[in-house]
Amino acid sequence: MTAAHLPVLQVVAPLLAAPLCVMLRAPLAAWLLTCAVAVIAIVIAAILLFTVTAGDGAVLIYALGGWAAPWGIEYRVDIVGAFVLVIITGINLVAVLCGRASVMREIPAERVFLFYTGWLLCLTGMLGIAVSGDVFNVFVFLEIASLASCLLVSLGRDRRCLSAAFRYLLMGSVGATFILIVVGLLYQMTGTLNMADLAARLPPLAQSRTLQVAFAFLTVGVGLKAAVFPLHFWLPGAYAFAPSMAAVFLAGTSTKASVYILLRFFFSVMGAELSFDAMRLHWFLLPLALAGIFAASVAAIYQSDVKRLLAFSSVAQVGYMILGVATGSGAGLAAALVHLFNHALMKSALFFVVACMVLRVGGARLADLAGVGKRMPLTAAALVVSGLSLVGFPFTAGFISKWALLAAALDSHGWWLALLVLASSLLAVVYMWRVVEAVYCAPKTASAESQTVTEAPLPLLIGAWLLAAANVVFGLSTELSLGIAERAAVLLIGDAP
Amino acid sequence: MVKVKAKAAPMDNPAGLFSYFGVIALMMLGFYIVMDSPNLVKKMVGLNIFQAAVFIFYISMGKVAGGTAPIADAAADLYSNPLPHVLILTAIVVGVSVTAMGLAIIIRIKRAYGSVDEHDIAAADAAADTAADTAGIDTAAAPPPESP
Amino acid sequence: MEHHKVLRVVTRLLTPLILLFALYVQFHGDFGPGGGFQAGVIFGAGVILFAIVFGMQRCMRALPPSLMRIIAGGGVLLYAGVGVAGILLGGNYLEYNMLGAGAIAGQHLGINLIEVGVGATVAAMMVCLFYCFAGGEVDGESQGEGGADG
Repeated sequence: MTAAHLPVLQVVAPLLAAPLCVMLRAPLAAWLLTCAVAVIAIVIAAILLFTVTAGDGAVLIYALGGWAAPWGIEYRVDIVGAFVLVIITGINLVAVLCGRASVMREIPAERVFLFYTGWLLCLTGMLGIAVSGDVFNVFVFLEIASLASCLLVSLGRDRRCLSAAFRYLLMGSVGATFILIVVGLLYQMTGTLNMADLAARLPPLAQSRTLQVAFAFLTVGVGLKAAVFPLHFWLPGAYAFAPSMAAVFLAGTSTKASVYILLRFFFSVMGAELSFDAMRLHWFLLPLALAGIFAASVAAIYQSDVKRLLAFSSVAQVGYMILGVATGSGAGLAAALVHLFNHALMKSALFFVVACMVLRVGGARLADLAGVGKRMPLTAAALVVSGLSLVGFPFTAGFISKWALLAAALDSHGWWLALLVLASSLLAVVYMWRVVEAVYCAPKTASAESQTVTEAPLPLLIGAWLLAAANVVFGLSTELSLGIAERAAVLLIGDAP
Repeated sequence: MVKVKAKAAPMDNPAGLFSYFGVIALMMLGFYIVMDSPNLVKKMVGLNIFQAAVFIFYISMGKVAGGTAPIADAAADLYSNPLPHVLILTAIVVGVSVTAMGLAIIIRIKRAYGSVDEHDIAAADAAADTAADTAGIDTAAAPPPESP
Repeated sequence: MEHHKVLRVVTRLLTPLILLFALYVQFHGDFGPGGGFQAGVIFGAGVILFAIVFGMQRCMRALPPSLMRIIAGGGVLLYAGVGVAGILLGGNYLEYNMLGAGAIAGQHLGINLIEVGVGATVAAMMVCLFYCFAGGEVDGESQGEGGADG
C-alpha cells in the first residue's frame, strides 16, 4: 500500500468500518472502531494536504479500477479538497475521541452501534464529496452523507428530533435531486461526468438555455444543502434536537461539505468566468448572503435554546462564506475558505461546550444553563473563548476570517459592505452575550444548584478545550488556515479556462 | 417554460420533446405534493414521484434513435447509451434508501405523536414548548418516553 | 392467510422459482442484462412473498433479522474487500485484472464477486426493511446506503 492509494483509502476506511460496526453491535467495540478510523482518516488527510501543498499546486489523481478518466471514475485531490478533508477529519477526531461520555449518556446502549454506523457513513459521504472528481459520485456521496446524518439526528432524545430529521431528509432529498438534474443536464450537453472534462467543454455553451437551467437548479439545490438563507429552515431543528455529539460533528462539517460542493461546481466545473460574467451569480448571492447574515443573527438573538441559537448562528456564518464567494474576487474566495475552516473550529467548540453542559445539567435552554459558570468554570471558560472567536475578537480564529472578509469586501464593493459586515458582528456579540450572561450572571436555578452539576468528565473537557485552544492557535498563526486558503482560492479562480 | 434541448438530435417540433414535457409535469406534480400535503406519508409519495420524474429524464436521455439494447451482438451496430441507465440504477437505490429512511422516521413519529399530520405535530410541539417555558426547568430534560 | 389454499399452494410453488430466477439474474449479469441490484430485489421479493403468505414468524425462523443484518454488512464488506484486494495485489482500488490468472479472468472474477456482494446486501436489506415495517422492529434502518456506492 503506497502513498498513491491514499485518496481512495480515505473513503474506504470509514466505508469498511461501517458494516463492521453493524456486525459488532457492542457499544465499546463500535466506539473503538470509530476511533481507529478517525485516527487513520486524519493521518491520511494530513499526508494528502502535505503532498498537494508541497509542490506548487500538485493534483493527485486516482483512477478507480485502473480505468483512466474518460471511461472510469476519477478521484482528484487538490489543495481545496485536501483543505476540506483536514477540516472534516480534524473535527471528527476530536468529536469521536473525546465525546464518548456524551454519546453514552444520550443514546440508549442498544442503539450506540447504530449511532456510530451512521457516523461512519456520514464521514464516508463527506470525505467522498471532497475527493471525488466525478459529478455523479458527488451526488451519491452527498446522499450517503445526508441519509446518515438524518439517522444521527433521529437518534436524539427529544421526540421533536423526529420531525426535524424528517424535514432534513425531505429538504435534503429535494436538494440532492436538484443536483441530480444538474448532473443529467450537464451530461446531456457534454457527454462526460468528469469535472476536468466538464470544465473544458462547458464554457463554449455559455449561451445555451440548457446550461442556464442547469445553473438555476444547481444554485437552488446546493443552496438547500448548504442552508443558504431562504433555504435554511431545516437546519435549526436538525442541529437543536440531534444528540449533542452529532450536533458537534454536523455543525462542524456538514454545511462545510455542501459549501465545498458549491465552490467545486461554480468554480471548477462551471468556471469563475461562466458563473460570474455570464450567469451573474454575484447579483443573486450577495443580497441573499446579506439577508441571511442579518435575518439569522436576529433570529438567533430571540432563541431560548442554546443549541438552536447556535444553529441560527450557523446559518448566519454560512452567509459570511457565501458573501466571500459573492465578491467574486480571489481575496473574497480566500476569505470564504478561511472562514470555512475557522467556523468549523468555533462552532464545533461551542457545540462541544454545550454538550458538556447538557451532560451535567440535562437541558440546553438558557434557563437550564443559568449559573453553571460557577459550577463548571473550565467548561464555561472554553465557552467564552470560542464565543469570542465567533464574534471576531482579535487573537482568535474568528478575527482572521472577519479581517479577510472585510478586506475583500472593501476591495470589491467599498465601505458600505464592510460596514454591514461590522454591524452584523455586533448582532453576534448580542446573541453570544446572552449565552455568556446566562452562564455567569444569571441567578442559579434549582438544577444548577444541585450537587450533580460539576465539571464535565475529563475527556469531554479536553475535547472542548482542544477545540477552543485551536481557535486561539489559528488566530495567532495563520499559516495553515489563511495561507492554504489563499493558495486554494488561486487554484479555484485559476481553474477558469 | 423550461425547454431542454436534446443535443444528439436537435428536434424543432415540440412533439419531439414530449418526454421532457412529461418529465416536467410529473416533477412539478411531485414537488407540489411535497410542499402542500400535510400528511407525511403523502409527502414521501410526492418525493418519490419527483424522483421518478428525474429517473425518466435520465432514461429518455440514453435513448439513441434506432439504437438497440446495449448488449454486444454481431447483428447490431448502433446501441442506446447504457451509462444513464447505470447512473439511474444507483439513483434508484438512493431513492429507495431515502424512502425507507423516511418511512422509518414516520413510523416513529406516529408512535411518538400519534399522528402523521404536520399540523398536529407542530401543535403538539408548540404546546410542549410553552409548557416547558412555564413549568420551569426539568420538563425539557425528561422527554416523553419514546418506544424503541 | 390460513384459509387461502390457492395462495398458499401457489406461493409454495413459486417461491423457489423466484429465488432461482434471482440467482439466474445474478450470475447472468456477467454476459447480459442482470446484476446484483436486480437479483437482490427479486430475491428479497421472493422472501417477502413467503413472509406475507406464511407469516412473519415462520419467515423469521428461517431468516432471522440478526442473520440478515450480518449478510447485509457482509455484502458491503465483500464489495469493499474486493477493492482492497486489488490494491494488495498491486493494482488500483477495484481493479480486477490482478484477481485472476489473466486480465479477462480477473475481470470476470472481480465483477462477479462485487455483484454477489451487492446482491447479498440488497436482498438482505429488502428483507430487513420488510421486517422493520411489518414487524415493528425499527432497527438497522441505516444500512441501505452502504450498497449505493456502486
